[in-house]
Amino acid sequence: MTVAERRALRPGRTLRLGAGRVVWEVRQYFRERDTVFFTFLFPTVIFLVFAAAFSSRDPIGVRPDGTGGISVAAYYLPGLVAAGVVLSGIQNLGIAIAQERSDGTLKRLGGSPLPVVSYFIGKAGSVLVTAAIQLVLLLAVAHLLFGVALPGDATHWFRFAWVFLLSILMAAVLGIGISGIPRTGRSASAVIVPILLVLQFVSGVYFTFSDLPDWLQTVAGFFPVKWVAQGMRSAFLPERFAAAEQHGTWDLGTAALVLVAWTVVGLVAARLTFRWVRRDG
Amino acid sequence: MTSVVEVEDLAKRYGDRTALDGVSFTIERGETFALLGPNGAGKSTTIEILEGYRRRSGGTARVLGVDPGTAGVDWKARIGIVLQSSTEAGTATVREMLAHVASFFPSPRPVDETLEAVGLTDDARTRIRALSGGRRRRLDVALGIVGRPELLFLDEPTTGFDPEARRRFWDLVTRLKHEGTTILLTTHYLDEAAELSDRVAVIASGRLLDIGPVDGIGSPEARIPIVRWRDGDGLHEVRTGEPATLVARLVESAGREPRDVEIRRPSLEEVYLRLIEDGGGA
Repeated sequence: MTVAERRALRPGRTLRLGAGRVVWEVRQYFRERDTVFFTFLFPTVIFLVFAAAFSSRDPIGVRPDGTGGISVAAYYLPGLVAAGVVLSGIQNLGIAIAQERSDGTLKRLGGSPLPVVSYFIGKAGSVLVTAAIQLVLLLAVAHLLFGVALPGDATHWFRFAWVFLLSILMAAVLGIGISGIPRTGRSASAVIVPILLVLQFVSGVYFTFSDLPDWLQTVAGFFPVKWVAQGMRSAFLPERFAAAEQHGTWDLGTAALVLVAWTVVGLVAARLTFRWVRRDG
Repeated sequence: MTSVVEVEDLAKRYGDRTALDGVSFTIERGETFALLGPNGAGKSTTIEILEGYRRRSGGTARVLGVDPGTAGVDWKARIGIVLQSSTEAGTATVREMLAHVASFFPSPRPVDETLEAVGLTDDARTRIRALSGGRRRRLDVALGIVGRPELLFLDEPTTGFDPEARRRFWDLVTRLKHEGTTILLTTHYLDEAAELSDRVAVIASGRLLDIGPVDGIGSPEARIPIVRWRDGDGLHEVRTGEPATLVARLVESAGREPRDVEIRRPSLEEVYLRLIEDGGGA
Protein backbone atom coordinates (compact mmCIF):
# COMPACT_ATOMS: atom_id res chain seq x y z
CA MET A 1 0.00 0.00 0.00
CA THR A 2 1.34 3.40 -0.96
CA VAL A 3 1.42 6.40 1.33
CA ALA A 4 -1.26 8.07 -0.76
CA GLU A 5 -3.44 5.03 -0.48
CA ARG A 6 -3.11 4.89 3.28
CA ARG A 7 -4.06 8.53 3.45
CA ALA A 8 -7.14 7.91 1.34
CA LEU A 9 -8.12 4.98 3.50
CA ARG A 10 -8.22 7.10 6.61
CA PRO A 11 -11.07 5.73 8.69
CA GLY A 12 -13.21 8.89 8.62
CA ARG A 13 -13.75 8.87 4.90
CA THR A 14 -14.17 5.09 4.72
CA LEU A 15 -16.82 5.17 7.47
CA ARG A 16 -18.64 8.17 6.03
CA LEU A 17 -18.86 6.58 2.61
CA GLY A 18 -19.79 3.27 4.26
CA ALA A 19 -22.70 4.94 6.03
CA GLY A 20 -23.78 6.49 2.75
CA ARG A 21 -23.68 3.05 1.16
CA VAL A 22 -25.89 1.60 3.92
CA VAL A 23 -28.59 4.19 3.19
CA TRP A 24 -28.19 3.58 -0.54
CA GLU A 25 -28.36 -0.22 -0.26
CA VAL A 26 -31.38 -0.26 2.06
CA ARG A 27 -33.29 2.08 -0.23
CA GLN A 28 -32.44 -0.04 -3.29
CA TYR A 29 -33.47 -3.19 -1.42
CA PHE A 30 -36.93 -1.94 -0.56
CA ARG A 31 -37.51 -0.63 -4.05
CA GLU A 32 -37.10 -4.08 -5.59
CA ARG A 33 -40.62 -5.35 -5.01
CA ASP A 34 -39.88 -8.98 -5.78
CA THR A 35 -36.95 -9.20 -3.34
CA VAL A 36 -39.07 -7.54 -0.67
CA PHE A 37 -41.72 -10.18 -1.11
CA PHE A 38 -39.63 -13.29 -1.55
CA THR A 39 -36.74 -12.65 0.76
CA PHE A 40 -37.90 -10.07 3.24
CA LEU A 41 -41.26 -11.68 4.03
CA PHE A 42 -40.03 -15.26 3.61
CA PRO A 43 -39.43 -16.20 7.29
CA THR A 44 -42.76 -14.66 8.30
CA VAL A 45 -44.62 -16.49 5.54
CA ILE A 46 -42.98 -19.82 6.44
CA PHE A 47 -43.78 -19.20 10.09
CA LEU A 48 -47.44 -18.60 9.21
CA VAL A 49 -47.51 -21.82 7.18
CA PHE A 50 -45.94 -23.86 10.02
CA ALA A 51 -48.07 -22.29 12.70
CA ALA A 52 -51.24 -22.91 10.72
CA ALA A 53 -50.30 -26.43 9.63
CA PHE A 54 -49.41 -27.63 13.12
CA SER A 55 -51.93 -25.59 15.07
CA SER A 56 -53.81 -28.70 16.20
CA ARG A 57 -50.69 -30.55 17.37
CA ASP A 58 -50.16 -31.15 21.07
CA PRO A 59 -47.76 -28.82 22.87
CA ILE A 60 -44.10 -29.79 22.86
CA GLY A 61 -42.01 -30.50 25.98
CA VAL A 62 -44.87 -31.02 28.41
CA ARG A 63 -43.79 -31.96 31.94
CA PRO A 64 -45.08 -35.25 33.37
CA ASP A 65 -47.62 -33.24 35.32
CA GLY A 66 -49.05 -31.84 32.06
CA THR A 67 -47.72 -28.27 32.41
CA GLY A 68 -44.93 -26.25 30.74
CA GLY A 69 -45.50 -27.31 27.13
CA ILE A 70 -45.04 -24.79 24.31
CA SER A 71 -46.90 -24.63 21.00
CA VAL A 72 -45.34 -25.95 17.81
CA ALA A 73 -45.31 -22.36 16.55
CA ALA A 74 -43.24 -21.30 19.55
CA TYR A 75 -40.91 -24.24 19.02
CA TYR A 76 -40.23 -23.29 15.40
CA LEU A 77 -39.75 -19.58 16.00
CA PRO A 78 -36.02 -19.69 16.92
CA GLY A 79 -35.27 -21.77 13.82
CA LEU A 80 -37.02 -19.28 11.58
CA VAL A 81 -35.21 -16.38 13.23
CA ALA A 82 -31.98 -18.21 12.41
CA ALA A 83 -33.19 -18.84 8.85
CA GLY A 84 -33.90 -15.13 8.44
CA VAL A 85 -30.37 -14.24 9.49
CA VAL A 86 -28.79 -16.82 7.20
CA LEU A 87 -31.00 -15.98 4.23
CA SER A 88 -30.58 -12.21 4.52
CA GLY A 89 -26.88 -12.42 5.12
CA ILE A 90 -25.35 -15.27 3.23
CA GLN A 91 -27.87 -16.17 0.56
CA ASN A 92 -29.33 -12.84 -0.52
CA LEU A 93 -26.09 -10.97 -0.14
CA GLY A 94 -24.09 -13.63 -1.99
CA ILE A 95 -26.53 -13.64 -4.90
CA ALA A 96 -26.89 -9.86 -4.96
CA ILE A 97 -23.13 -9.29 -5.12
CA ALA A 98 -22.69 -11.93 -7.85
CA GLN A 99 -25.37 -10.15 -9.85
CA GLU A 100 -23.80 -6.75 -9.25
CA ARG A 101 -20.55 -8.18 -10.53
CA SER A 102 -22.17 -9.41 -13.70
CA ASP A 103 -24.37 -6.38 -14.44
CA GLY A 104 -21.47 -3.93 -14.23
CA THR A 105 -22.39 -2.27 -10.91
CA LEU A 106 -19.15 -3.46 -9.32
CA LYS A 107 -17.12 -2.50 -12.35
CA ARG A 108 -18.40 1.05 -12.05
CA LEU A 109 -17.78 1.18 -8.31
CA GLY A 110 -14.34 -0.37 -8.79
CA GLY A 111 -13.39 2.47 -11.14
CA SER A 112 -14.50 5.06 -8.59
CA PRO A 113 -12.69 6.15 -5.43
CA LEU A 114 -15.10 4.19 -3.22
CA PRO A 115 -12.94 2.16 -0.79
CA VAL A 116 -13.72 -1.53 -0.87
CA VAL A 117 -14.18 -1.50 2.90
CA SER A 118 -16.91 1.16 2.53
CA TYR A 119 -18.63 -1.14 0.10
CA PHE A 120 -18.42 -4.00 2.62
CA ILE A 121 -19.76 -1.74 5.39
CA GLY A 122 -22.65 -0.81 3.14
CA LYS A 123 -23.48 -4.45 2.51
CA ALA A 124 -23.14 -5.55 6.14
CA GLY A 125 -25.04 -2.51 7.41
CA SER A 126 -27.90 -3.01 4.98
CA VAL A 127 -28.14 -6.68 5.98
CA LEU A 128 -28.28 -5.64 9.62
CA VAL A 129 -31.04 -3.11 8.97
CA THR A 130 -33.16 -5.35 6.74
CA ALA A 131 -32.72 -8.41 8.95
CA ALA A 132 -33.66 -6.40 12.06
CA ILE A 133 -36.85 -5.11 10.46
CA GLN A 134 -37.60 -8.59 9.15
CA LEU A 135 -37.16 -9.95 12.65
CA VAL A 136 -39.42 -7.36 14.27
CA LEU A 137 -42.12 -8.35 11.79
CA LEU A 138 -41.65 -12.06 12.47
CA LEU A 139 -41.67 -11.60 16.26
CA ALA A 140 -44.71 -9.34 16.08
CA VAL A 141 -46.65 -11.89 14.05
CA ALA A 142 -45.57 -14.75 16.32
CA HIS A 143 -46.33 -12.89 19.53
CA LEU A 144 -49.47 -10.99 18.61
CA LEU A 145 -51.20 -13.56 16.40
CA PHE A 146 -50.03 -16.83 17.93
CA GLY A 147 -49.27 -15.86 21.50
CA VAL A 148 -45.66 -17.06 21.30
CA ALA A 149 -43.68 -15.94 24.31
CA LEU A 150 -40.76 -13.55 23.68
CA PRO A 151 -37.59 -13.80 25.78
CA GLY A 152 -38.77 -13.29 29.33
CA ASP A 153 -35.87 -11.49 31.04
CA ALA A 154 -32.73 -9.46 30.45
CA THR A 155 -30.50 -12.56 30.33
CA HIS A 156 -32.48 -14.03 27.48
CA TRP A 157 -32.76 -10.74 25.59
CA PHE A 158 -29.02 -10.32 25.98
CA ARG A 159 -28.43 -13.81 24.57
CA PHE A 160 -30.74 -12.95 21.70
CA ALA A 161 -28.93 -9.65 21.03
CA TRP A 162 -25.39 -11.00 20.89
CA VAL A 163 -26.33 -14.11 18.92
CA PHE A 164 -28.23 -11.91 16.45
CA LEU A 165 -25.51 -9.29 16.02
CA LEU A 166 -22.68 -11.79 15.77
CA SER A 167 -24.64 -13.98 13.34
CA ILE A 168 -25.49 -11.02 11.14
CA LEU A 169 -21.89 -9.88 10.98
CA MET A 170 -20.77 -13.44 10.22
CA ALA A 171 -23.50 -13.95 7.61
CA ALA A 172 -22.60 -10.68 5.87
CA VAL A 173 -18.91 -11.47 5.53
CA LEU A 174 -19.69 -15.04 4.46
CA GLY A 175 -22.12 -13.62 1.89
CA ILE A 176 -19.35 -11.43 0.48
CA GLY A 177 -16.99 -14.41 0.51
CA ILE A 178 -19.43 -16.77 -1.20
CA SER A 179 -20.28 -14.25 -3.92
CA GLY A 180 -17.10 -15.09 -5.79
CA ILE A 181 -18.07 -18.73 -6.34
CA PRO A 182 -20.76 -18.37 -9.03
CA ARG A 183 -19.16 -17.59 -12.37
CA THR A 184 -22.09 -15.49 -13.58
CA GLY A 185 -24.92 -13.55 -12.00
CA ARG A 186 -27.41 -15.83 -13.68
CA SER A 187 -25.96 -18.96 -12.08
CA ALA A 188 -25.73 -17.31 -8.65
CA SER A 189 -29.04 -18.59 -7.28
CA ALA A 190 -28.44 -22.08 -8.64
CA VAL A 191 -25.04 -22.26 -6.94
CA ILE A 192 -25.76 -20.54 -3.63
CA VAL A 193 -29.33 -21.59 -2.74
CA PRO A 194 -28.65 -25.37 -2.54
CA ILE A 195 -25.61 -24.89 -0.29
CA LEU A 196 -27.69 -22.88 2.15
CA LEU A 197 -30.70 -25.17 1.87
CA VAL A 198 -28.66 -28.23 2.83
CA LEU A 199 -27.07 -26.32 5.71
CA GLN A 200 -30.42 -25.14 6.99
CA PHE A 201 -31.88 -28.65 6.92
CA VAL A 202 -28.97 -30.39 8.63
CA SER A 203 -28.82 -27.56 11.16
CA GLY A 204 -32.36 -28.08 12.36
CA VAL A 205 -33.84 -24.84 11.14
CA TYR A 206 -37.00 -26.37 9.70
CA PHE A 207 -37.53 -29.27 12.09
CA THR A 208 -36.42 -30.68 15.39
CA PHE A 209 -32.66 -30.73 15.46
CA SER A 210 -32.53 -33.35 18.21
CA ASP A 211 -34.37 -35.78 15.90
CA LEU A 212 -31.35 -35.91 13.60
CA PRO A 213 -28.91 -38.83 13.98
CA ASP A 214 -26.06 -38.04 16.31
CA TRP A 215 -23.35 -38.14 13.61
CA LEU A 216 -25.28 -35.62 11.49
CA GLN A 217 -25.62 -33.34 14.50
CA THR A 218 -21.86 -33.55 14.91
CA VAL A 219 -21.28 -32.72 11.24
CA ALA A 220 -23.71 -29.79 11.47
CA GLY A 221 -21.72 -28.61 14.47
CA PHE A 222 -18.81 -27.68 12.20
CA PHE A 223 -20.99 -25.21 10.32
CA PRO A 224 -22.38 -21.97 11.65
CA VAL A 225 -26.11 -22.33 10.95
CA LYS A 226 -26.61 -24.94 13.67
CA TRP A 227 -25.10 -22.58 16.23
CA VAL A 228 -27.22 -19.63 15.15
CA ALA A 229 -30.32 -21.80 15.58
CA GLN A 230 -29.11 -23.19 18.91
CA GLY A 231 -28.27 -19.71 20.18
CA MET A 232 -31.74 -18.53 19.22
CA ARG A 233 -33.31 -21.53 20.98
CA SER A 234 -31.38 -20.57 24.11
CA ALA A 235 -32.97 -17.12 23.94
CA PHE A 236 -36.54 -18.12 23.10
CA LEU A 237 -37.18 -21.58 24.59
CA PRO A 238 -37.63 -22.45 28.27
CA GLU A 239 -34.34 -23.31 30.00
CA ARG A 240 -35.15 -26.99 30.50
CA PHE A 241 -35.26 -27.48 26.69
CA ALA A 242 -31.47 -27.33 26.82
CA ALA A 243 -31.58 -30.99 27.88
CA ALA A 244 -32.68 -31.86 24.32
CA GLU A 245 -29.52 -30.36 22.78
CA GLN A 246 -26.70 -32.64 21.69
CA HIS A 247 -24.69 -32.17 24.87
CA GLY A 248 -27.59 -31.43 27.13
CA THR A 249 -26.74 -27.73 27.46
CA TRP A 250 -27.06 -24.60 25.28
CA ASP A 251 -23.31 -24.68 24.73
CA LEU A 252 -23.24 -20.89 24.28
CA GLY A 253 -19.47 -20.72 24.67
CA THR A 254 -19.01 -23.08 21.73
CA ALA A 255 -21.65 -21.16 19.78
CA ALA A 256 -19.76 -17.90 20.25
CA LEU A 257 -16.47 -19.55 19.34
CA VAL A 258 -17.83 -21.14 16.15
CA LEU A 259 -19.56 -17.92 15.05
CA VAL A 260 -16.41 -15.86 15.63
CA ALA A 261 -14.32 -18.47 13.81
CA TRP A 262 -16.62 -18.39 10.78
CA THR A 263 -16.63 -14.59 10.88
CA VAL A 264 -12.84 -14.63 10.66
CA VAL A 265 -12.98 -17.19 7.83
CA GLY A 266 -15.51 -14.98 6.05
CA LEU A 267 -13.43 -11.82 6.55
CA VAL A 268 -10.27 -13.45 5.23
CA ALA A 269 -12.15 -14.98 2.30
CA ALA A 270 -13.86 -11.67 1.51
CA ARG A 271 -10.63 -9.68 1.64
CA LEU A 272 -8.62 -12.23 -0.34
CA THR A 273 -11.14 -13.25 -2.99
CA PHE A 274 -13.24 -10.14 -3.47
CA ARG A 275 -12.67 -8.52 -6.87
CA TRP A 276 -14.57 -5.62 -8.39
CA VAL A 277 -14.24 -7.40 -11.74
CA ARG A 278 -13.36 -10.96 -12.65
CA ARG A 279 -9.66 -11.12 -13.39
CA ASP A 280 -8.93 -12.31 -16.89
CA GLY A 281 -5.80 -14.35 -16.23
CA MET B 1 5.27 19.29 -18.75
CA THR B 2 4.77 15.72 -17.61
CA SER B 3 2.84 13.18 -19.60
CA VAL B 4 -0.50 12.10 -18.17
CA VAL B 5 -0.33 8.70 -19.82
CA GLU B 6 2.90 6.91 -20.69
CA VAL B 7 2.67 3.50 -22.31
CA GLU B 8 5.80 1.63 -23.34
CA ASP B 9 5.83 -1.67 -25.19
CA LEU B 10 2.46 -2.70 -23.72
CA ALA B 11 1.49 -6.35 -24.25
CA LYS B 12 -1.48 -8.46 -23.32
CA ARG B 13 -1.84 -12.18 -23.92
CA TYR B 14 -4.82 -14.40 -23.16
CA GLY B 15 -3.32 -17.88 -23.18
CA ASP B 16 -1.86 -18.30 -26.67
CA ARG B 17 -3.73 -15.39 -28.16
CA THR B 18 -1.93 -12.05 -28.32
CA ALA B 19 -4.34 -9.17 -27.86
CA LEU B 20 -1.75 -6.40 -27.67
CA ASP B 21 1.85 -6.34 -28.68
CA GLY B 22 4.45 -3.59 -28.38
CA VAL B 23 2.06 -0.66 -28.12
CA SER B 24 3.72 2.61 -27.05
CA PHE B 25 2.34 6.13 -26.81
CA THR B 26 2.15 9.11 -24.49
CA ILE B 27 -0.66 11.56 -23.85
CA GLU B 28 0.22 15.05 -22.66
CA ARG B 29 -1.73 17.09 -20.13
CA GLY B 30 -4.78 18.75 -21.69
CA GLU B 31 -4.59 16.67 -24.82
CA THR B 32 -7.48 14.75 -26.38
CA PHE B 33 -6.20 11.50 -27.76
CA ALA B 34 -8.26 9.07 -29.82
CA LEU B 35 -7.57 5.38 -30.09
CA LEU B 36 -8.92 4.04 -33.37
CA GLY B 37 -9.11 0.57 -34.80
CA PRO B 38 -11.47 -2.14 -35.94
CA ASN B 39 -13.42 -4.34 -33.51
CA GLY B 40 -11.10 -6.68 -31.66
CA ALA B 41 -8.04 -4.56 -32.46
CA GLY B 42 -7.15 -4.10 -28.81
CA LYS B 43 -8.62 -0.65 -28.11
CA SER B 44 -10.71 -1.74 -25.16
CA THR B 45 -7.95 -3.96 -23.83
CA THR B 46 -5.60 -0.95 -23.89
CA ILE B 47 -8.08 1.39 -22.24
CA GLU B 48 -9.04 -1.17 -19.59
CA ILE B 49 -5.40 -1.75 -18.69
CA LEU B 50 -5.00 2.02 -18.26
CA GLU B 51 -8.21 2.20 -16.18
CA GLY B 52 -6.83 -0.48 -13.87
CA TYR B 53 -9.37 -3.17 -14.76
CA ARG B 54 -7.01 -5.53 -16.54
CA ARG B 55 -3.49 -6.60 -15.87
CA ARG B 56 -0.91 -6.22 -18.59
CA SER B 57 1.26 -9.15 -19.63
CA GLY B 58 4.26 -7.02 -20.53
CA GLY B 59 5.61 -3.51 -20.92
CA THR B 60 5.06 -0.52 -18.66
CA ALA B 61 2.11 1.77 -18.14
CA ARG B 62 1.94 4.98 -16.09
CA VAL B 63 -1.25 6.95 -15.68
CA LEU B 64 -0.94 10.23 -13.76
CA GLY B 65 2.48 8.96 -12.75
CA VAL B 66 1.14 5.75 -11.19
CA ASP B 67 1.01 2.12 -12.33
CA PRO B 68 -2.72 1.55 -12.92
CA GLY B 69 -2.35 -2.13 -12.03
CA THR B 70 -1.70 -1.29 -8.38
CA ALA B 71 -3.20 2.21 -8.05
CA GLY B 72 -5.43 3.03 -5.11
CA VAL B 73 -8.47 5.16 -4.37
CA ASP B 74 -6.57 8.48 -4.37
CA TRP B 75 -5.61 7.79 -7.96
CA LYS B 76 -9.17 6.77 -8.83
CA ALA B 77 -10.38 10.12 -7.50
CA ARG B 78 -8.35 11.82 -10.28
CA ILE B 79 -9.72 9.82 -13.19
CA GLY B 80 -13.17 9.50 -14.74
CA ILE B 81 -14.34 6.41 -16.57
CA VAL B 82 -17.11 6.04 -19.12
CA LEU B 83 -17.28 2.32 -19.78
CA GLN B 84 -18.21 0.86 -23.12
CA SER B 85 -21.46 -0.58 -21.87
CA SER B 86 -23.48 -0.52 -18.72
CA THR B 87 -26.36 -2.81 -17.98
CA GLU B 88 -27.25 -2.05 -14.39
CA ALA B 89 -31.01 -1.72 -14.19
CA GLY B 90 -31.18 0.49 -11.15
CA THR B 91 -34.24 1.47 -9.18
CA ALA B 92 -32.46 4.69 -8.26
CA THR B 93 -33.30 7.91 -10.05
CA VAL B 94 -30.81 9.69 -12.26
CA ARG B 95 -30.24 12.41 -9.66
CA GLU B 96 -29.83 9.95 -6.78
CA MET B 97 -27.28 7.90 -8.67
CA LEU B 98 -25.30 10.95 -9.72
CA ALA B 99 -25.36 12.48 -6.23
CA HIS B 100 -24.30 9.14 -4.73
CA VAL B 101 -21.32 8.67 -7.04
CA ALA B 102 -20.41 12.36 -6.63
CA SER B 103 -20.11 11.77 -2.87
CA PHE B 104 -17.15 9.42 -3.49
CA PHE B 105 -15.04 12.27 -4.89
CA PRO B 106 -13.22 14.97 -2.94
CA SER B 107 -14.42 17.96 -4.99
CA PRO B 108 -17.18 16.88 -7.33
CA ARG B 109 -18.94 18.96 -9.94
CA PRO B 110 -22.37 20.13 -8.70
CA VAL B 111 -25.04 17.57 -9.61
CA ASP B 112 -27.35 20.04 -11.34
CA GLU B 113 -24.50 21.43 -13.40
CA THR B 114 -23.54 17.90 -14.46
CA LEU B 115 -27.13 17.02 -15.39
CA GLU B 116 -27.34 20.20 -17.42
CA ALA B 117 -24.04 19.47 -19.15
CA VAL B 118 -25.23 16.11 -20.46
CA GLY B 119 -28.79 17.24 -21.11
CA LEU B 120 -30.49 15.11 -18.47
CA THR B 121 -32.06 17.90 -16.40
CA ASP B 122 -35.57 16.84 -17.40
CA ASP B 123 -34.82 13.23 -16.46
CA ALA B 124 -33.40 13.99 -13.01
CA ARG B 125 -36.28 12.18 -11.30
CA THR B 126 -36.54 9.32 -13.79
CA ARG B 127 -35.59 5.85 -12.56
CA ILE B 128 -32.49 4.60 -14.34
CA ARG B 129 -34.19 1.43 -15.57
CA ALA B 130 -36.81 3.56 -17.33
CA LEU B 131 -34.24 5.53 -19.39
CA SER B 132 -33.86 4.96 -23.12
CA GLY B 133 -30.52 3.60 -24.37
CA GLY B 134 -29.24 7.00 -25.50
CA ARG B 135 -30.20 8.68 -22.22
CA ARG B 136 -28.57 5.90 -20.22
CA ARG B 137 -25.43 6.62 -22.15
CA ARG B 138 -25.67 10.29 -21.19
CA LEU B 139 -25.93 9.19 -17.57
CA ASP B 140 -22.77 7.11 -18.05
CA VAL B 141 -21.03 10.23 -19.32
CA ALA B 142 -22.40 12.26 -16.40
CA LEU B 143 -21.07 9.68 -13.93
CA GLY B 144 -17.69 9.83 -15.67
CA ILE B 145 -17.33 13.61 -15.37
CA VAL B 146 -19.03 14.30 -12.01
CA GLY B 147 -15.75 13.83 -10.11
CA ARG B 148 -13.97 16.58 -12.14
CA PRO B 149 -11.36 14.12 -13.41
CA GLU B 150 -7.94 15.22 -14.58
CA LEU B 151 -8.04 12.34 -17.04
CA LEU B 152 -11.25 11.13 -18.62
CA PHE B 153 -11.59 7.77 -20.36
CA LEU B 154 -14.34 7.67 -22.95
CA ASP B 155 -14.84 4.19 -24.40
CA GLU B 156 -17.18 4.54 -27.40
CA PRO B 157 -19.14 7.23 -25.63
CA THR B 158 -21.66 8.18 -28.32
CA THR B 159 -22.91 4.73 -29.31
CA GLY B 160 -26.69 4.99 -29.53
CA PHE B 161 -26.77 8.79 -29.66
CA ASP B 162 -28.91 10.56 -32.24
CA PRO B 163 -27.10 13.20 -34.32
CA GLU B 164 -28.25 16.07 -32.11
CA ALA B 165 -27.14 14.29 -28.94
CA ARG B 166 -23.75 13.63 -30.53
CA ARG B 167 -23.34 17.33 -31.34
CA ARG B 168 -24.20 18.21 -27.76
CA PHE B 169 -21.74 15.62 -26.55
CA TRP B 170 -19.03 17.09 -28.76
CA ASP B 171 -19.73 20.52 -27.27
CA LEU B 172 -19.42 19.02 -23.82
CA VAL B 173 -16.06 17.40 -24.63
CA THR B 174 -14.86 20.68 -26.06
CA ARG B 175 -15.82 22.42 -22.81
CA LEU B 176 -14.02 19.76 -20.77
CA LYS B 177 -10.95 20.32 -22.94
CA HIS B 178 -11.10 24.03 -22.21
CA GLU B 179 -11.23 23.20 -18.50
CA GLY B 180 -7.94 21.38 -19.02
CA THR B 181 -9.20 17.79 -18.86
CA THR B 182 -7.01 15.23 -20.59
CA ILE B 183 -9.16 12.82 -22.59
CA LEU B 184 -8.54 9.34 -23.94
CA LEU B 185 -11.25 8.45 -26.41
CA THR B 186 -12.09 5.36 -28.41
CA THR B 187 -14.71 5.60 -31.11
CA HIS B 188 -15.89 4.01 -34.32
CA TYR B 189 -17.01 7.39 -35.66
CA LEU B 190 -14.03 8.82 -37.52
CA ASP B 191 -15.72 12.21 -37.85
CA GLU B 192 -15.97 12.26 -34.08
CA ALA B 193 -12.27 11.52 -33.69
CA ALA B 194 -11.43 14.18 -36.29
CA GLU B 195 -13.66 16.75 -34.59
CA LEU B 196 -12.48 16.18 -31.04
CA SER B 197 -8.95 14.88 -30.94
CA ASP B 198 -5.57 16.52 -31.10
CA ARG B 199 -3.84 13.27 -31.95
CA VAL B 200 -4.95 9.80 -32.93
CA ALA B 201 -3.40 6.36 -32.78
CA VAL B 202 -4.56 3.55 -35.03
CA ILE B 203 -4.25 0.00 -33.79
CA ALA B 204 -5.13 -3.22 -35.57
CA SER B 205 -4.58 -6.80 -34.44
CA GLY B 206 -3.01 -5.53 -31.25
CA ARG B 207 -0.28 -3.47 -32.96
CA LEU B 208 0.12 0.25 -33.29
CA LEU B 209 -0.08 1.10 -37.02
CA ASP B 210 0.33 4.84 -36.82
CA ILE B 211 0.16 7.74 -34.44
CA GLY B 212 0.07 11.48 -35.01
CA PRO B 213 -2.10 14.57 -35.40
CA VAL B 214 -5.46 14.01 -37.11
CA ASP B 215 -4.15 15.54 -40.36
CA GLY B 216 -0.78 13.83 -40.05
CA ILE B 217 -1.44 10.11 -39.95
CA GLY B 218 -1.34 7.72 -42.87
CA SER B 219 1.07 7.81 -45.76
CA PRO B 220 1.56 11.18 -47.52
CA GLU B 221 0.01 9.62 -50.65
CA ALA B 222 -3.13 8.75 -48.74
CA ARG B 223 -3.60 12.41 -47.87
CA ILE B 224 -3.17 13.83 -51.43
CA PRO B 225 -6.29 15.88 -52.29
CA ILE B 226 -8.80 14.51 -54.78
CA VAL B 227 -10.29 16.54 -57.63
CA ARG B 228 -13.52 15.34 -59.20
CA TRP B 229 -15.45 16.68 -62.15
CA ARG B 230 -17.76 15.53 -64.90
CA ASP B 231 -17.51 16.04 -68.66
CA GLY B 232 -18.72 14.35 -71.85
CA ASP B 233 -16.66 11.23 -71.02
CA GLY B 234 -18.23 10.83 -67.58
CA LEU B 235 -16.91 11.25 -64.04
CA HIS B 236 -13.18 11.89 -63.49
CA GLU B 237 -11.24 11.62 -60.28
CA VAL B 238 -7.61 12.71 -60.03
CA ARG B 239 -5.36 12.92 -57.02
CA THR B 240 -2.96 15.83 -57.07
CA GLY B 241 -0.91 17.92 -54.70
CA GLU B 242 -1.91 21.04 -56.67
CA PRO B 243 -5.69 20.80 -56.97
CA ALA B 244 -6.35 24.50 -57.63
CA THR B 245 -3.90 24.47 -60.54
CA LEU B 246 -5.64 21.43 -61.98
CA VAL B 247 -9.06 23.08 -61.75
CA ALA B 248 -7.72 26.24 -63.37
CA ARG B 249 -6.35 24.17 -66.21
CA LEU B 250 -9.69 22.40 -66.62
CA VAL B 251 -11.52 25.71 -66.92
CA GLU B 252 -8.98 26.97 -69.40
CA SER B 253 -9.07 23.91 -71.67
CA ALA B 254 -12.86 23.54 -71.62
CA GLY B 255 -13.41 27.26 -71.91
CA ARG B 256 -16.23 27.05 -69.33
CA GLU B 257 -17.08 25.91 -65.81
CA PRO B 258 -16.69 22.10 -65.53
CA ARG B 259 -19.73 20.25 -64.15
CA ASP B 260 -19.88 18.93 -60.55
CA VAL B 261 -16.37 20.09 -59.73
CA GLU B 262 -15.21 19.14 -56.27
CA ILE B 263 -11.88 19.41 -54.42
CA ARG B 264 -11.65 17.23 -51.37
CA ARG B 265 -8.98 16.34 -48.85
CA PRO B 266 -9.26 12.68 -47.90
CA SER B 267 -11.18 12.42 -44.64
CA LEU B 268 -9.71 10.75 -41.58
CA GLU B 269 -12.01 7.87 -42.41
CA GLU B 270 -10.45 7.33 -45.83
CA VAL B 271 -6.92 7.64 -44.52
CA TYR B 272 -7.82 5.29 -41.69
CA LEU B 273 -9.40 2.67 -43.93
CA ARG B 274 -6.37 2.68 -46.15
CA LEU B 275 -4.10 2.29 -43.13
CA ILE B 276 -6.10 -0.66 -41.87
CA GLU B 277 -6.12 -2.22 -45.33
CA ASP B 278 -2.35 -1.86 -45.75
CA GLY B 279 -1.64 -2.76 -42.12
CA GLY B 280 -3.90 -5.79 -42.14
CA GLY B 281 -1.76 -7.46 -44.80
CA ALA B 282 1.43 -6.85 -42.86
